[in-house]
Amino acid sequence: MTKWGRDIYDNAVEFLRTFGAFQLFFLRLVRHSPRMLVRRPGLVIKQVYNTGALSLVIIMVCGFFVGGVLGLQGYSNLARFNAEDSVGTVVAMALIKELGPVITALLFAGRAGTALSSEIGLMKATDQLSAMEMMAVNPVRRVLVPRFLGGVIAMPLLVAIFTCIGLFGANVVTVDMLNVDVGAFWQQMQATVDPDDIREGIFKSIVFGIVASLLAVWEGYNAIPTAEGVGRATTRTVVITAIAVLILDFMITAVML
Amino acid sequence: MQQTRSVEIGTGLFVLLGMSALFFLTTQTTGGDNFSADDTYEVKAYFDNVGSLKARAPVAMSGVTIGRVTSVIFDPDRLQAEVTFEIDSQYGAIPDDSDASILTSGLLGSQYIGLQAGGSEDSLAEGSEIFFVQDAIVLENLIGKFLVNSGSGGSE
Repeated sequence: MTKWGRDIYDNAVEFLRTFGAFQLFFLRLVRHSPRMLVRRPGLVIKQVYNTGALSLVIIMVCGFFVGGVLGLQGYSNLARFNAEDSVGTVVAMALIKELGPVITALLFAGRAGTALSSEIGLMKATDQLSAMEMMAVNPVRRVLVPRFLGGVIAMPLLVAIFTCIGLFGANVVTVDMLNVDVGAFWQQMQATVDPDDIREGIFKSIVFGIVASLLAVWEGYNAIPTAEGVGRATTRTVVITAIAVLILDFMITAVML
Repeated sequence: MQQTRSVEIGTGLFVLLGMSALFFLTTQTTGGDNFSADDTYEVKAYFDNVGSLKARAPVAMSGVTIGRVTSVIFDPDRLQAEVTFEIDSQYGAIPDDSDASILTSGLLGSQYIGLQAGGSEDSLAEGSEIFFVQDAIVLENLIGKFLVNSGSGGSE
């Protein structure tokens, strides 16, 4: 019984410690961010390329098909009420407010987050980070901050691209294949979607961008410096990002509704 | 050198694509009734029932959006809803005896204010009030009336 109690106590303290260290880590990154952005924009641009431009293919393909399937499902359900003209509204609302930010964040975690944490983990395992410290280069500033910033900048843009391609996919499926009127599709959408909805989507994408890149960098930086440790850190990045994004999504929606 | 160049080009393309996607979203998916004018004048009208009219709803004349509702509040003195809306100044010559009605776009669409021109020589100006108004049609009342009428019709 006492052993049990002590275990729970130890775990709770350890959890709190990790959580606190995570917050401090975030503050540290934010503190170094403006300086890196001004002094070494080249490093940040390279990471925007790595996390953003290289994720374009997966984002665009997935966006197209997510939009397409929303169009199909929306159409087949709305057709029961003879309301298939509203399919544009349904797709736009779902994509702009929910699926755009959430699915992009999940894809981002899978494509860019894993790359970030395995890269940083491997740098740590091969003592590159210690070598930097030895040369009086701050590895947090030189390695972590540009990667974090790159993700933060890339994410809202990726979400916007995902959403646009999704709308285009829905347009192809419903207008070109299922003969929904193209005017009704866009006009009903424009009549219903409010600038506030788009603002909500952008806000979510910024939050998810910060969370996803922060978790990826954090997991990589704290990886156990072995082959197995790096592998585990990569897995944890995806798992924790997915959980954090979905919980945050619920909370943001509940607050904003 | 060649490699950084292609990275920079790729990043530029990506950011440009993202920005244009954002621009597309903000301009093409919303709007339609997205009214914006630099120079406007405000007009008031009192309604017994505004239905589900909200601020930002369009104000239309002959079906063309010429303004936007700025506020819908309840006036405790008159016991009526006070609707304030702004109209683009380029439509300055609207007769002051025009009437305002709350209409619904489509069967279940959102509500807007429709103006119908009157015949007065004077035109609406900043702060003027529209006296001829028509309330929103509440579907429940309509159905209620219909049921009452058909009931009395059956008894005769």
